[in-house]
Amino acid sequence: MPTTAPAFSDATASDSALRRFLHGLPGVDAVGLEARAASLGTRSIKTTAKAYAIDLAISMIDLTTLEGADTPGKVRALAAKAVNPDPTDRTAPRTAAVCVYPDMAATAVAALAGSGVKVASVATAFPAGRAALDVKLADVRDAVAAGADEIDMVIDRGAFLSGHYLKVYEEILAVKAECARADGPDARLKVIFETGELSTYDNIRRASWLGMLAGADFIKTSTGKVGTNATPANTLLMLEAVRDFRAQTGVQIGVKPAGGIRTSKDAIKFLVLVNETAGEDWLDNHWFRFGASSLLNDLLMQRQKLSTGRYSGPDYVTVD
Amino acid sequence: MSDNRLSVFKTYKLYVGGKFPRSESGRVYEVTDSKGKWLANAPQSSRKDARDAVVAARKAFGGWSGATAYNRGQILYRIAEMLEGRKDQFVREVADAEGLSKSKAAAVVDAAIDRWVWYAGWTDKIGQVVGGANPVAGPFFNLSTPEPTGVVTVLAPQKSSFLGLVSVIAPVIATGNTAVVVASADSPLPALSLGEVLATSDLPGGVVNILSGKTAEIAAPLASHQDVNAIDLTGADATLAKELEIAAADNLKRVLGPQPVDEGGAFDWSADPGTHRLTAFLETKTVWHPTGALGASGSSY
Repeated sequence: MPTTAPAFSDATASDSALRRFLHGLPGVDAVGLEARAASLGTRSIKTTAKAYAIDLAISMIDLTTLEGADTPGKVRALAAKAVNPDPTDRTAPRTAAVCVYPDMAATAVAALAGSGVKVASVATAFPAGRAALDVKLADVRDAVAAGADEIDMVIDRGAFLSGHYLKVYEEILAVKAECARADGPDARLKVIFETGELSTYDNIRRASWLGMLAGADFIKTSTGKVGTNATPANTLLMLEAVRDFRAQTGVQIGVKPAGGIRTSKDAIKFLVLVNETAGEDWLDNHWFRFGASSLLNDLLMQRQKLSTGRYSGPDYVTVD
Repeated sequence: MSDNRLSVFKTYKLYVGGKFPRSESGRVYEVTDSKGKWLANAPQSSRKDARDAVVAARKAFGGWSGATAYNRGQILYRIAEMLEGRKDQFVREVADAEGLSKSKAAAVVDAAIDRWVWYAGWTDKIGQVVGGANPVAGPFFNLSTPEPTGVVTVLAPQKSSFLGLVSVIAPVIATGNTAVVVASADSPLPALSLGEVLATSDLPGGVVNILSGKTAEIAAPLASHQDVNAIDLTGADATLAKELEIAAADNLKRVLGPQPVDEGGAFDWSADPGTHRLTAFLETKTVWHPTGALGASGSSY
């Protein structure tokens, strides 16, 4: 693994240099990685620790609706839920953000104005990313112009898998440039790798480094639109990458597992991974997010169970 | 085979969501026959097993309540067919559990099988008996139909480990409810074996979930559970029943009170069951439907 930051500028000098760098990353011990993720998943988190973890997890959710059937009304309902997740208990924290398609970003921005909840918008021909660069950049421009605080882009998996790393790198750079705002803070860029399509853990590690080198503010597992989404193992791998990246460059980068995290138990397992791998600095919604929709209801039901002592049910949370 | 063949003991397991898990807690307790001789270890369920069972029952509710009454009847009859084929096993388990002679136990098992057939017949008839057209003063058809209540917790009778058990489960599921059943604490083996029969009777997983263990421990979280719609307190003693009824009030559960069934074993489960257990877990839905355009007279009648 490279030891100094200047080495990174060499790494991105050409396609072959980038390939050399990414293929020079140490291989992933798949069995060890999965065993480590599984063993961290066995921690018992109870009582006050559980209450803390549940509230932290709620505050880290990017409450997501990415359906063809999304309507402005649905986005507004989701925004209301993000601001006040449990109408029966005002102590429930807000979610971190609402995540929508670019054409719904303006609706979400209007609905969330002044609430402190951010608006994230997927872009770059999400989820497949199969469009010309111009189209992708226009998609990003739209979302930024609509006021999105965060942009979730997908990488070109076709280019990545065929070894055109520099193409992927330059595309991220171009998108990053579009995230800049003259009249306010830049939109933070989350780079989605779609780990389920990358086939190997080695590829996930390479993609993580590629994304970080290109200036991602967040690296994100997946779109939630394919069979395999966030798993403890691939998230652990990405957490190791951001930890190592900060150790070498001093730059902290966030991680967002998305898709398939539906229960409080799962969410708490991920928080254990964060704490044990990247460290406490990442236990904050500025640095760690969950891309989820149904997870919030389960967290709220668990929260109600802790505060009342009775098991709650789906009748006591909203139907999204 | 010679006499020195090793014994193959059965591991009794819970029946939750169509699967046969051990207790989440890993606990078991010893089950003895009526004379105190060890029979088997049964899983001792925890409140988390109860919670998982409710999740399974809720998940199964849509499909089961939406199935046609005719289909439910076929499946209940299928349970009777499957029991018929495994009668010997149940006769043995009931004889052990209740201290009955083989012939008396056989009579109990026969009665239990007939009970399934009885309720199988009721599935597509209860609607006509308790629902119907209501006369109203207006140009409307006004129709009441019974609808299942939802997820029902059933505390099975403590003494009658099989006929009593069937007599409380069958009416709950016949009308489209799903059930979380807490088996008799001292004699859970017939109930746990019944799970194996249900699993092979085309009954969708989760419609009936069977837990064994200490009744009070499992029943308390179920009684206060916000996603349980009703509770049948048959297997609770007077003190426990009172506590559970108070806990159940919070989300307005329907409560079928305990009957004095276990006081000296006085209740005769072999008697004609009637329909009160069927109607205990039904909600009445009434719809108004216009009869159509009014005639020149101003009335469609």
